Amino acid sequence: MTQITLIEAVRQAMDEEMARDPRVFLTGEDVGVRGGVFRATQGLFEKYGPDRVIDSPLAELSIVAVGIGAALAELRPICEIQFADFIHPAFNQIVSEAARFYYRTNGAWRVPLVIRAPYGGGVSGGLYHSQSVEAFYAHVPGLKVVIPSTPYDAKGLLKSAVRDPNPVLFFEPKKGYRAIKGDVPDADTPEGDYTVPIGQARVAREGRDLSVYAYGMMAHYSEKAAEIVAREDGIDVEVIDLRTLLPLDKAAVLASVRKTGKALIVYEDNLTMGFGAEVAALIADEAFDSLDGPIRRLAGPDVPGVPYAHTMQEFYMPNPHTIAAAIRDLAAY
Amino acid sequence: MTTDALVRASSRLDEQTLLSIYWTMLLSRRLDERAWALHRQGKIHFHISAMGQEAAQVGAAFAIQRGVDYVNPYYRDLALSIAIGITPLDIMMSLYAKQGEYSSGGRQMPAHFNSRRLNLVGGSSVVATQVPQTAGLAFAIKYRQKTGLADPADPTQPRVALTCLGEGSTSQGEWHEGMNWAGVHRLPMICLVQNNAYAISVPVDSQMAVANVADRAAGYGIPGVVVDGNDVLAVYDAVREAVERAYAGEGATLIEAKTYRLTPHSSDDDDRSYRTREEVELWKGRDPILRFRQHLQAEGVLSPEQAEDCDRRARAEVDSAQAAAEAAPDPEPEEALGAVYAPAEGGS
Repeated sequence: MTQITLIEAVRQAMDEEMARDPRVFLTGEDVGVRGGVFRATQGLFEKYGPDRVIDSPLAELSIVAVGIGAALAELRPICEIQFADFIHPAFNQIVSEAARFYYRTNGAWRVPLVIRAPYGGGVSGGLYHSQSVEAFYAHVPGLKVVIPSTPYDAKGLLKSAVRDPNPVLFFEPKKGYRAIKGDVPDADTPEGDYTVPIGQARVAREGRDLSVYAYGMMAHYSEKAAEIVAREDGIDVEVIDLRTLLPLDKAAVLASVRKTGKALIVYEDNLTMGFGAEVAALIADEAFDSLDGPIRRLAGPDVPGVPYAHTMQEFYMPNPHTIAAAIRDLAAY
Repeated sequence: MTTDALVRASSRLDEQTLLSIYWTMLLSRRLDERAWALHRQGKIHFHISAMGQEAAQVGAAFAIQRGVDYVNPYYRDLALSIAIGITPLDIMMSLYAKQGEYSSGGRQMPAHFNSRRLNLVGGSSVVATQVPQTAGLAFAIKYRQKTGLADPADPTQPRVALTCLGEGSTSQGEWHEGMNWAGVHRLPMICLVQNNAYAISVPVDSQMAVANVADRAAGYGIPGVVVDGNDVLAVYDAVREAVERAYAGEGATLIEAKTYRLTPHSSDDDDRSYRTREEVELWKGRDPILRFRQHLQAEGVLSPEQAEDCDRRARAEVDSAQAAAEAAPDPEPEEALGAVYAPAEGGS
């Protein structure tokens, strides 16, 4: 085991998949000699050369569309969108094309494509370097939407995404790229070539009193909040890291709330029609008899983006203390 | 340039191939006409036509390695798809949306031509989406060759990717982004724009401020070629030259085939509001099938008796395809739920 950062885990996964399968290639803006603006692809251009690590033109739609075409031809593209905020020009290609290819050809053509994008706020990125875009895509059958919160999961899930025969959107919590560290098995050990299956949530912390559902940076913060309320209030919180939003691990969501009777869903996207609404609906529909309180959501306010100024940004973002406050409130219900 | 290169590639086509080109155009036309009739009889919900554009489509298809090279068509490519290997029965099954319909199992509207086996990519209805995807297909060809996954001389592997669209679709940003990739990466790609003068009702001069779509090729650093889209052999020559360039690693080509849509945009359109009957009649006089038949007869390749026989056979094929499709069952309602996600490799 070696402790690495989240972004090192992302890089290791790509490196190992490229070494394993000559069909795997990378493209995106600045992924070549620059190694990506966040350094996710650092060293891969030198190792695999310009044929397999390709600087794309500055045009997100075509990064995805070329990836789709290459995937139709049974290569295994990993497309990087520099910031999730820039993915919107490719919406048509992702939603209307990649997601629908398999269905619209009755299973004849598949699109084994990975689209990686750093997402989320709290990085002084303002409206266009802070967005959470997962809800748009989690709505679309045919896509898979994955968001890791630990280095172990980032590596294992990204490897699964590369090996998946379907289009996978892989959103990385960029605030945690270097802030989140964790143990990952060494590559040269028998445990090294592990994968984490897409579609399975993870019990990040076991507890009896209340369930917190989160993903990405908010899963990380929710664990910290759980520590705070355990220490200060004696509240025993279970934290479920959803890890995959589509397909959602419904069994894991329901099992936890049936045990605790209370559910809080935390996400940093703005509240309305965010992914938490779907989790809340699922619980209301299938675990109603287990509930001892209202299903609560803690999310960003319904404004068009995360503001740049530090004060407003901190006001926008949920953090361990606001999550702890929401836990206390619901626990007291 | 050698003397041989000055000889038109089409002059080397043997009589059997010329007759096969004619037959394909004719079969598409008869099928197309029947589809319109079926729609007017209320038997089918929708049809979109290739009439008038058969030369552009069949000329292009015969210039590639059919069934091997990638083709990413658009909804008007009926004749091209027939040339690639889609059958009249396939088309009839689509028109009637019957169970097991070849392109999508009855999910898609007709005219979304598709065959994995023939490397014919099943598109959407959103115009120009296929262009940057075709750059991706062409990228994959080049990638396999450069990384040693495929032999550039192996004719059993795709060596060029052809896509088609109408001139109106070149207004889309998707077209630009796809062409830009093709230029930057010198991809083995051919973009065949079938300029039929209208995007539904909107004429060319409302789509672009240049005289020819092909003029835009300069912006991508690739050759742009204008060809008479109603002359099947001229189209063949232009596409064949582009194919040779692609096979030789010399990059992409933009070809604009100037042609005309003889029908309304689709079975739901009425073209009387936006173009004169005189204009349509003028172009009916330039019918590419009639023109090619006259050429073949003048060359002594096709006798009047043979032409009549072709026509009889085409009608008979359409008749039997229609009968078979009408007799086929509808899809089960629950088939709507299938094929959302591809299963994991190895069955895990």
